[in-house]
Amino acid sequence: MRMTVLDRILLLLTGLLAAYEIAVGIDGLATLPIVAYTVAFGVLLVAGLLLLILGFDVLDSPIVVVASTAIPLSLSLGLVWRLLPACRSAYLFFVLLGFVAVLLTRLLPIKNRLPVFALAVVHGVAGLTIALLPLLWAFSGRSPLGFAMVGVGGALIGLGGLLLAFLKAGKPLLPRATILKVLPGLLLLMTAAFVAGFRFA
Amino acid sequence: MTSALHRLLAKPRLYWPLTKSLQTSLLLATGMAGYMSARCPVMHWYDFLGVGFSLFLAVAGSTILNMWYDRDLDAVMNRTHHRPLADGRVSPGEALRLGLVLSTLGVTLSVAMDPLFGLIVLAGLLFDVVIYTLWLKRRTAWSIVWGGIAGGMPILAGRAYGLGAIDGVGILLSLAVLLWIPTHILTFSMRYFDDYQAARIPTFPSTYGFPATRLAIALSSAVAALCIGLASVLIGVEWGFVRLLAVLSAGLFLLAAASVFRPAERLNYGLFKYASVYMFSAMVLLAL
Repeated sequence: MRMTVLDRILLLLTGLLAAYEIAVGIDGLATLPIVAYTVAFGVLLVAGLLLLILGFDVLDSPIVVVASTAIPLSLSLGLVWRLLPACRSAYLFFVLLGFVAVLLTRLLPIKNRLPVFALAVVHGVAGLTIALLPLLWAFSGRSPLGFAMVGVGGALIGLGGLLLAFLKAGKPLLPRATILKVLPGLLLLMTAAFVAGFRFA
Repeated sequence: MTSALHRLLAKPRLYWPLTKSLQTSLLLATGMAGYMSARCPVMHWYDFLGVGFSLFLAVAGSTILNMWYDRDLDAVMNRTHHRPLADGRVSPGEALRLGLVLSTLGVTLSVAMDPLFGLIVLAGLLFDVVIYTLWLKRRTAWSIVWGGIAGGMPILAGRAYGLGAIDGVGILLSLAVLLWIPTHILTFSMRYFDDYQAARIPTFPSTYGFPATRLAIALSSAVAALCIGLASVLIGVEWGFVRLLAVLSAGLFLLAAASVFRPAERLNYGLFKYASVYMFSAMVLLAL
């Protein structure tokens, strides 16, 4: 499927927003959240550039599943590290285990439902964490209301991640053409929501 | 009135492609980044404009001289046969005069601004026109090293003008550009392999084969990224920008590795494009 001019503009804006967040948006945080957010926005930035340069064909690469898993995992890790100090070690363990599980189930020739199960669990937990934690914090008054935008971004990333992951797993939730049509806009909306949310926080 | 204006603009429109505007712009960007990396924030606009203008004249002039000398090669290559010199829209004498005038103006202005700056600009011009184009390009595939050294001169010149001396960071930045140039030239020599064969230009792919060329591109891209990263730390670029550079470098490493282990023409060309975007972004970050 050919990329339109609008798709290119949306991807370019996504890349610029992600670059802004990496360069200036996460200053002043502790080391691990900085690393986690850098990974998340870095994957978004590089993915946006590669989509711009190589076109939608790049989505056929097996690395897409791993990349679309790294974003929610690292974002949720950064959030948990900042907001739930008591759960830091447990969540870090889950992130590492989840990432390795997705990586291995992509690399090894597994024929049963384990790869899809691993994807669903990892995306489900990470996606819910990114979507719900900021909303809870914002609406309970523990963070400025604008921080809820991170939750909106979380909902969008959960949607995008699931669409891409299941497309790559050979069990698409929507037709491929539809996914490709909405992907650039979804990536921009999601990145804008994160950048705005972190700015308000 | 309209036709007079049209006639007036016709020549510049014809001359502009002779300067390879994209390549010249990127080299100009490296020169400005080199200058700004030494003197941020830039307060002296006359210096800033002088560095930019003299580098533009020298780079554009040397590019036109290269194109003048290589017009016979351009005429037999599909990719370049439509260039104004190759298809006869600009006469060789006209192009030679234009190239000499621009080069002379560029070098003269740069010498007048600062002798060291002028010397480096002149060295870049001589490396590019005399050593790379006139002497080595038709003899050895290794001529690209000299093309790379010439390409590294604008950033060295810009930084030397800002500092008043040549320092290690300037040489490191120059090395990064030197290593980026093969990504550009080698990618083209693979993509337009038949063209280069028809023009009988010795290239890496024709001398050492495609796999070795891909490896050379991947390694030079990776080392260029390392040089930029090290230079940015030594310059004292803010950590946020270093983080951003690290992310962009990671993308470059990933593509470089993929182009070696899963070779495909589209991927090789993608690496070339990404490396150009990377270099431009790195220059912007160094300048900020």
